[in-house]
Amino acid sequence: MSDVAPASRNAALALKDATLAGLVAFGLFVFLIGLRTEQSSSGALEITTRFQTLAMLVAAVFAGAFLRALIFARTPIPLGRMMPESLAGFAASAARFAAPALLIFALLVPVLFYSNRYLLDLGILVLTYVMLGWGLNIVVGLAGLLDLGYVAFYAVGAYSYALLATQFHLSFWICLPLAGILAAFWGILLGFPVLRLRGDYLAIVTLAFGEIIRLVLLNWQSVTGGPNGIPSIPRPSFFGLPFADAEGGFASTFGLEYSPTHRVVFLFYLILALALLTNWVTIRLRRLPIGRAWEAMREDEIACRSLGINTTTTKLTAFAIGAMFGGFAGSFFATRQGFISPESFSFNESALVLAIVVLGGMGSQLGVAIAALVMIGGFELFREFQLYRMLVFGFAMVLIMIWRPRGLIATREPSLTLGDPKP
Amino acid sequence: MTDTEPILRVEHLSMRFGGLVAVDDLSFTAKRADITALIGPNGAGKTTVFNCITGFYKPTAGLIRLEHPDGRAYLLERLLNFRVAKLARVARTFQNIRLFSGMTVLENLVVAQHNPLMAASGFTFAGLLGLKVYRDAEREAIERARYWLDRTALLRRADDAAGALAYGEQRRLEIARAMCTDPVLLCLDEPAAGLNARESGELNDLLQFIRREHATSILLIEHDMSVVMEISDHVVVLDYGIKIADGSPDAIRNDPKVIAAYLGVADDEVAMAEAEVGL
Repeated sequence: MSDVAPASRNAALALKDATLAGLVAFGLFVFLIGLRTEQSSSGALEITTRFQTLAMLVAAVFAGAFLRALIFARTPIPLGRMMPESLAGFAASAARFAAPALLIFALLVPVLFYSNRYLLDLGILVLTYVMLGWGLNIVVGLAGLLDLGYVAFYAVGAYSYALLATQFHLSFWICLPLAGILAAFWGILLGFPVLRLRGDYLAIVTLAFGEIIRLVLLNWQSVTGGPNGIPSIPRPSFFGLPFADAEGGFASTFGLEYSPTHRVVFLFYLILALALLTNWVTIRLRRLPIGRAWEAMREDEIACRSLGINTTTTKLTAFAIGAMFGGFAGSFFATRQGFISPESFSFNESALVLAIVVLGGMGSQLGVAIAALVMIGGFELFREFQLYRMLVFGFAMVLIMIWRPRGLIATREPSLTLGDPKP
Repeated sequence: MTDTEPILRVEHLSMRFGGLVAVDDLSFTAKRADITALIGPNGAGKTTVFNCITGFYKPTAGLIRLEHPDGRAYLLERLLNFRVAKLARVARTFQNIRLFSGMTVLENLVVAQHNPLMAASGFTFAGLLGLKVYRDAEREAIERARYWLDRTALLRRADDAAGALAYGEQRRLEIARAMCTDPVLLCLDEPAAGLNARESGELNDLLQFIRREHATSILLIEHDMSVVMEISDHVVVLDYGIKIADGSPDAIRNDPKVIAAYLGVADDEVAMAEAEVGL
């Protein structure tokens, strides 16, 4: 082997890798792309072939694999090092100002984009997911309990508000805490059977719980309206003043010209306030014994018990408080939409919120907010390429996980420090 | 020796896992402010005894009685998991270190003071509002943590992640964390495992300091005989779940049964034993 020049040996290895990759691509694509079934004019299915496209794809994979093997040999692509040092330093310093900057931007959105209804609605959607992300962050990020059924609490909150408002004609501000309490109650109810479970097993049970709630909503026709959902849920009022083009409405009371945007702006600030409340409570809780016990439980449950920490109540409070914020978000969702049905509470929502938390960096409030903005906002940006947006998103998520395996913001801020500089 | 009353009394403790008898009718006492060592070959059931005392296992049979200096007594086999640490104030460390490695050293020590802090935070509500009573309690907790960090020479590393410490430092941190719960009885599961000679010397000093300055009795599982013989007042030897000897370090050192358990017996003794049972 010593007489073979390293360059030609590399080329041979690259050729081998590329051939393998090409074969795999051929095997994958031969049926997916090479063959296609179409309905003929007579109504029967007929098979058409697209071997040209297939050949192009396989050739592209072959060329890509060959180049990759030549340039990076057989080592993994050093994605981390591909980011220049200066850029990494910039990102670190930007992170410090990111939180206040994002907050100021969020406060100004209704002012800046007052006339752009689409952007305001998008902002409300993003903030709803920020709030859900922050709520789930308590359960997954802090307490380390992998919850795949978070949407159940979102649903409980939404249906609580919808039923209380339509059946008992209670105002939004009374329903909101009630919905939160009911969701927290369901959080505890879920918590009890899963006390002994961790990791994968916990994930499966919570996943099932989410589905159970959805199926109950779907089938309990007499209460939830089944698949028809609950229509004409009361819209929010400005502390008693309805957003209506009538005497005694918000606009006429404040001497403004009626505009439907008023309600959207109000909703925007409402969800912003709710999200900030979630954030404030979470930050506060992290510095309290309960928050530290959550984090300690995530690190080592047995050690917690050896220190006299009641892991049962610690887990239940994590579930309850996380669920409560999910419930708040749910009742906001119900009042914003004016109509809810079980369709809005599918597993996809749980998965999306969990993806936001994991991509953002478990436990990081700022990371979750950025991830929600990127995921939900970015998803909307790619609406025009609707066929490819799932592809783009999957690809982006894989890249982020390679580049930052522990989420966008992986550094953990200590909940307290010793203060004085040590000798 | 008879003048000090026992703090821990283990009576007829048995622990079975299915058909396996890990601990068989074990009785011993540990005296207040003593360092009691539990030794024995691998698999003798030492850690099982520890797990029974600290509430991680519920013993199949037997009684474990812990008496506080104020006269209150607890039956540990009836208290389950966290209550042993919370009510009876028994703290423990683990054979394979269990720290909260993602959290800082200081946070580890503050987590250990969870119960008093939780009460001071009014079960979170007073703390959420930032009341003074909680802020004072937190400051006190940090001071206690600082005291133990100083004692274990970890003050310099207070704000580093616990997982980033060197092995010996992690061992010391685990002891400091256990001491932050203000225990009456401290159970150490092989604290000197993996330490070099200098570090185990420091460990001896630390344990003797704890015994001298704090009203804490120590129960110790250890293989390192330099630690056991130098600091313990009383040694209990286990083999196959049965107590084979019990006494002062000197007596244990010369006990033929202990030597046999650790080193095995000579061939002629085997022949004698076989003759005795009629083989």
